[in-house]
Amino acid sequence: MKIFHAMGLTLLLLLTTLSSSGAAEADLRAIIAKFATVTDFSETGAVVQELTATGDPAVERPLAALAEGNLYIRTADSMVFVGKEGDENVQLFDPLSGEAAGEASEDDITKITVNNTLRRAIRDALGTLTLGSKDPTVRIAAADTMFKTPDAANIEPLDAAIASETVASVKALLEQARAASILVSDKPDADKLAAIALIGSRGDRDAVSLLTSVEANASGAVKDAATAAIANINSTLALWDAGQNIWYGISLGSVLLLAAIGLAITFGVMGVINMAHGEMVMLGAYTTFVVQQVIRTSFPGLFDWSLVIALPLAFLVAALVGLVIERGVIRFLYGRPLETLLATWGVSLILQQAVRSIFGPTNQEVGNPSWMSGSFDIGQLAITWNRLWILVFALTVFGVLLYVMKRTPWGLQMRAVTANRRMAASMGIRTPWVDALTFALGSGIAGIAGVALSQIDNVSPNLGRGYIIDSFMVVVFGGVGNLWGTLVGAFSLGIVNKFLEPYAGAVLGKIVVLVLIILFIQKRPRGLFALKGRAVEA
Amino acid sequence: MITGRFFAAGADRRIAITIFILLAAAIIVPLLNLAVSPTSAFYVPAYIVALTGKYLCYALLALALDLVWGYCGILSLGHGAFFALGGYAMGMYLMRQIGSRGVYGNPILPDFMVFLNYKELPWFWYGFDHFWFAAIMVLAVPGLLAFIFGWFAFRSRVTGVYLSIITQAMTYALLLAFFRNDMGFGGNNGLTDFKDILGFNVQADATRSALFAASAVMLALAVFVTWAIVGSKYGKLLMAVRDAESRTRFLGWRAENVKLFAFTVSAVMAGIAGALYVPQVGIINPGEFEPSNSIEVVIWAAVGGRGTIVGPIIGALLVNAGKSWFTGVLPELWLFALGGLFVAVTLLLPKGIIGMWDSWRGNARALRAASVVEEAAAKVGVASATSKPARSPARNPGEWSWSDPEPQAAE
Repeated sequence: MKIFHAMGLTLLLLLTTLSSSGAAEADLRAIIAKFATVTDFSETGAVVQELTATGDPAVERPLAALAEGNLYIRTADSMVFVGKEGDENVQLFDPLSGEAAGEASEDDITKITVNNTLRRAIRDALGTLTLGSKDPTVRIAAADTMFKTPDAANIEPLDAAIASETVASVKALLEQARAASILVSDKPDADKLAAIALIGSRGDRDAVSLLTSVEANASGAVKDAATAAIANINSTLALWDAGQNIWYGISLGSVLLLAAIGLAITFGVMGVINMAHGEMVMLGAYTTFVVQQVIRTSFPGLFDWSLVIALPLAFLVAALVGLVIERGVIRFLYGRPLETLLATWGVSLILQQAVRSIFGPTNQEVGNPSWMSGSFDIGQLAITWNRLWILVFALTVFGVLLYVMKRTPWGLQMRAVTANRRMAASMGIRTPWVDALTFALGSGIAGIAGVALSQIDNVSPNLGRGYIIDSFMVVVFGGVGNLWGTLVGAFSLGIVNKFLEPYAGAVLGKIVVLVLIILFIQKRPRGLFALKGRAVEA
Repeated sequence: MITGRFFAAGADRRIAITIFILLAAAIIVPLLNLAVSPTSAFYVPAYIVALTGKYLCYALLALALDLVWGYCGILSLGHGAFFALGGYAMGMYLMRQIGSRGVYGNPILPDFMVFLNYKELPWFWYGFDHFWFAAIMVLAVPGLLAFIFGWFAFRSRVTGVYLSIITQAMTYALLLAFFRNDMGFGGNNGLTDFKDILGFNVQADATRSALFAASAVMLALAVFVTWAIVGSKYGKLLMAVRDAESRTRFLGWRAENVKLFAFTVSAVMAGIAGALYVPQVGIINPGEFEPSNSIEVVIWAAVGGRGTIVGPIIGALLVNAGKSWFTGVLPELWLFALGGLFVAVTLLLPKGIIGMWDSWRGNARALRAASVVEEAAAKVGVASATSKPARSPARNPGEWSWSDPEPQAAE
């Protein structure tokens, strides 16, 4: 009789659980109410486990609140609430539905305390729960957490989740998480070997760390398989690392290209060593800063366009300053390159101090527009948007400049003057104008380089100093008077630099590059792509 | 024979006067500092002695640069590196003299090495507890670097702005290297906290006066050596290389050897200047390798008048006195003034103060009859126009008159 009674009750309970969520909610509430009676952490942990065991996604809210220390008990009626601390009182919410349930002063409620062990338990529990979430990104995050903290208990919920999963990519992640869980379970070796194969195909650093711990604990075939998988992954990762270094190198190369390309023109066409070139870059960066300041105060909506607006302005500012320098100083020093070097150095000091007097010596804040911030991954490569855009920008500038030099009348005149000044003058080319405009063009390009560099470097009066020696190295290495030489020079220096860095450290790598260039110049004093001439000395 | 020339008239008399003034200063200034009571009007305060002593070291550096730039046409933008290397050699000797009086009281290791957990003295610090060894290193290290660097550079005919740029790269590379703690030269902080030199307290007035005297005597000696080099047959060769390198080569001279000798001698002079400088200022750090320092040296020589012996000394003293005054009174304006000086000197005073003085006196007869030294000074302006690549005789046969200066494409 009693058995029938019990069976009937169980059946009833089962039915109600299946049929109505209201009854399930009541159950959940019953379990949650137990929080009011707990006296220590282990009892709290038991309640958490009980909640997790229901497998109901609704428990996510109270559990998350508990982990953050936001679950309260009202002293008066032992009811459990999620609390949100206000100015004076704590706002109370229903733990399941999340509906507001009035306020209470802090004296009337008690916080349910948690320790780190509990927090970890809750996080794991939530990870299991969120597998059933409707949002794929949440499921991915859950799979990821389970992969990193594998637990044999995860296998069953994962099996269920894999069965119901429809998105292929999420399913793959879930299977990897399941494989990770299998490795720490006591399943037969055959399953574990399959799991290792699956994880080995994942091929990232997380997989390596997981397999390393497996390798340490396992024996026999599993251990061997793990060792082999680790070696396999590491060799792939080494390739990715090389790829990452190449990318860093290309990125550095694009920066060098931007900084050096204007110098290449003035040096190539006029033989003028413009020591103030770095300051033109700095002027461009400060123009960006001013444009952003104006936009911030007057047209906040245009912020994403600030760089586009700054580009022509920076070009104009730097080109104008360049024109003034050419007409005011350099014009009188033609044919005396060493003295030009000194005079432009003096100009650079004046420009630096002028900027320091106007804007102050500290770094200025130049913001990234939204389309330049953040990053994305290709395989194991992390690529930031601003670096990518600078590469695109550098190549665009290079392309435009190449077009100007090769396809426009002005470029033709520039090349004619470079090749043979007197003959060009005899043909009616106004060489002084070509000189002035070339210098303005080179300076203007330095200005727009400053716009790009303001995105990745500190905008301070010393900005240009950091680039001037590197730019010279690029120009001298690539060969003067040849844009392609500058391109090749910039990228090869960038890549060599970044490849040396992991082995030699950043500073030593740079020193090695400098020494290599010095040696290289001994071998080819005119750079990689020297202009051919019949001069006895050049 | 040299002595005969030394007491001759004209520009050589200028050298003689300079040497005389320097030697006199080496005696009188210490006397006025040590033997005259502080209340007297003739008393020279200790800080003035230290300051002028520092200027004399700069003057020696400028003279060293002038030997290669003014007389041989090699614009080195890395002379600060030789100066700093000489300074580091002296600094290492002074560090070893501290002994167990350092903060950590280690009798062998300097403080920074204890701090950086060095267990034993690096091998390149051996020997620096002896003054004679340090003195040899002061000469040898910059000289050797210059010899090796020059041997490569001049042999492969790296000239003009290319040479300037790689000398700049050299000092920049050394700057980065000396900033590293692993190098064993004190990293960022360099070497400082010196106590004794040759057993005398570095801070004492008498030692400072002695260092001043040593700087003045050394500068006088350098003036004499430079004058002897420039006045010799080799000096003529030096200027021939400066004015028309390929022509000299075609005449059968080894231009690279001529340049290499001048470059090495000049580097050794710069090293001595650095070694005298360090005990007087009490610190040497990687900042001395800054490329901008080396460029500043060039302007000292240019202000005074390159291609003269007295010019760089006057330039170094004037510019540095100006710097001390400006940075005290109007620190904001110093860089404007320095920058303006670079522009003004290159545009308006290509021959420097000495050159302007000579032409201002309008003493054409003196110019014509002058010895090699003055000839060189007068020639500089014209020379640079004729010595440039595209105007080289082989390229433009015959006389081609071109009224205005014109740019030359780099090749």
